[in-house]
Amino acid sequence: MSMHSTAIPATAGSQIHFDKVKRKQRIKNFFKGMLFLLPSIVLFGVFLFYPLVRTIYLSFFLTDAAGNTTVFVNWENYVNLFSSPVFLQSIKSTFLFVLYTVPVTIIIALFLAVIANEKLRGIGLFRTLYSSTMGISVAAASVFWLYLFHPSIGLLNMLLEAAGIDGVGWLTDPAWALIAVSITTIWMNLGFTFLILLGGLQSIDSYLYESADIDGAGYFYKLRRITIPMLSPSLFFVITVTIINAFQTFGQIDILTQGGPVNATNLIVYSIYREAFVNYQFGSASAQAVLLFIIILIMTFLQFKIGERRVHYQ
Amino acid sequence: MGQIDLIDISKSYDKQKNVLDEINLSIEEGEFFVLVGPSGSGKSTLLRMIAGLEDITSGTLKISDKIVNHLPPKDRNLSMVFQNYALYPHLSVEQNILFGLGAKKVNKKEQQKRLAETAEMMGLSELLNRKPKELSGGQKQRVALARSVVSEAPLCLMDEPLSNLDAKLRAQMRIEIRRLQKRLGLTMVYVTHDQVEAMTMGDRIMVLNDGKIQQVGKPITLYNEPENLFVASFIGSPKMNMGKAVYSMNQNQLVIEDTLRIAQGPDMDDIPGNIDLTVGIRAEHLLPGTAENTTHHLEAVNVEQLGNETLIAFDVGSTLWMAKWLGQWDVQVGEMVPVHIDSGNFCFFDSNTGLLIKSANFVKEQEVVSI
Ligand SMILES: Nc1ncnc2c1ncn2[C@@H]1O[C@H](COP(=O)(O)OP(=O)(O)OP(=O)(O)O)[C@@H](O)[C@H]1O
Ligand SMILES: [Mg+2]
Repeated sequence: MSMHSTAIPATAGSQIHFDKVKRKQRIKNFFKGMLFLLPSIVLFGVFLFYPLVRTIYLSFFLTDAAGNTTVFVNWENYVNLFSSPVFLQSIKSTFLFVLYTVPVTIIIALFLAVIANEKLRGIGLFRTLYSSTMGISVAAASVFWLYLFHPSIGLLNMLLEAAGIDGVGWLTDPAWALIAVSITTIWMNLGFTFLILLGGLQSIDSYLYESADIDGAGYFYKLRRITIPMLSPSLFFVITVTIINAFQTFGQIDILTQGGPVNATNLIVYSIYREAFVNYQFGSASAQAVLLFIIILIMTFLQFKIGERRVHYQ
Repeated sequence: MGQIDLIDISKSYDKQKNVLDEINLSIEEGEFFVLVGPSGSGKSTLLRMIAGLEDITSGTLKISDKIVNHLPPKDRNLSMVFQNYALYPHLSVEQNILFGLGAKKVNKKEQQKRLAETAEMMGLSELLNRKPKELSGGQKQRVALARSVVSEAPLCLMDEPLSNLDAKLRAQMRIEIRRLQKRLGLTMVYVTHDQVEAMTMGDRIMVLNDGKIQQVGKPITLYNEPENLFVASFIGSPKMNMGKAVYSMNQNQLVIEDTLRIAQGPDMDDIPGNIDLTVGIRAEHLLPGTAENTTHHLEAVNVEQLGNETLIAFDVGSTLWMAKWLGQWDVQVGEMVPVHIDSGNFCFFDSNTGLLIKSANFVKEQEVVSI
């Protein structure tokens, strides 16, 4: 706005004029803001919002093999899912998988981060090692573990046999398959989680520890009263991200087990994939996707509710 | 408990330049020991070494006659107030104050008793449930003080604990700290920038510059008989007026800054005439001249009315000299003002070494009076 348009004579009518100018400015600001947002709005719209709406739409239809809608079936896709033992099994496996991977990943990563945060000579090497899995793709990691899990030439079974224990059918035994996939996932997520937690640890001011030292606090007292609370924003972040990641696991399943044996590792995203691109049931697959979306939404919402009380932001 | 001995203590962070250089010092039990010095002179470093937060590069540190160079902070039985407060941001004021007691497993009842006492004394009773970020700078500082007080450690280290308080609160806390220290018999090592704090609180003051001890002594001794130019200009506010001085040709006059001529008096008999001299005179000794005793006329270049006293800056050669006169004086800037300068009030320093040759005479007079 130029000075001329606002510098008006101070008459009785000036108040109205003033409001008008302000409104004009507000509208202008709104369009300016929109202009800045436009690239993201377009990208999100095309790649996120449109597919989301389309998925919800599809979940109420039966489709042909090409994904075109044929018959409107109302809630039937959803009703069928809840009576399908395969889907229920896949929900159960998914929750078990989350339970196996998230806490263990966080605890191991936290432990590694705490020990890697000590100021020792050569600690940089360990920091690099611990965070190295971040640079390995899901496919490469899966193939790597595929060999480790191999029933006869795999390192794990060779070690077991050397110790006099019978080998385990890591990827073929329904009792072990989910655990094997969990181990792989924990290993893969460790690098990222470790790095975030280490960053969080390093941003804690050293004077807090100095003050605690003078107060006579021991190692575990400091860990419990300073480190963990001060780390809570980072912890909260990694917990949220690992949970969402666990719900969306796909790559390692596809390479290691293809959902088997007897659907033991048929996690929900893999189940969606199979329903859509193996069975060509796009309607049912969409219904599963919508359910997954709702589950993640609720989990995240709950986390934020709990987090609000527990997390200390500076 | 509480006696600290520093023997040849040096500290260097980078193995090249010594931040502290051969410090020899003994702090008595129950003493209020004040550390002053310009920014970067090593005050915090010295404090942190006593606390055990910083390695000692060389020398021996003893606390109560035991060598503690190797002991971690928690085994030295001391408390510390940090320059930047070091409050735990995620804990409430109450939890902050009780943090140390919890660590030492003091029982809950005792904790609450000490908390109530301390909070009352520091005026924090209303704020116990707040988080540090909801406190003002001064309130934070009081929490930091409370944390140290509540520990009841016999040795207390404080790094500029009052620097962020307003004048009124500062005066009040000064008295509180001093009283507390006396009552509990604490040995206190206290770092400050504030002249008034240093002069009024300390049993002894140590002036540090560039990692070297300049002088250690009673506040009044430092004020009256500064051992060198640095101490003379550092202690006291306004600082001591200084000027280069030479004897005139016939040796019967002292010429200061090429402008002030002082007649050779009996006070100057033992001043060698063949070295570069610097003379110093306190602002309160640059007296207003009456009809009888006016010795000089000086040009006033700035006048500050403080209410109960008047600060006047005079132009003396290349420097300004401040005079502090009791009461309100109606002096105009630019006016030639009659002043009375008594040569007995001068301190004489060797300009090259900076060392004191002779302190002002009035000291001796006062000592006579006080006996
Ligand atoms: N961790 C460190 N590493 C390297 N040099 C440091 C470190 N801490 C302090 N120094 C240096 O040591 C010198 C003394 O610092 P110190 O903090 O003791 O000064 P100070 O007297 O407390 O100053 P201030 O009045 O500003 O607090 C400074 O020159 C500073 O740059
Ligand atoms: Mg300091």
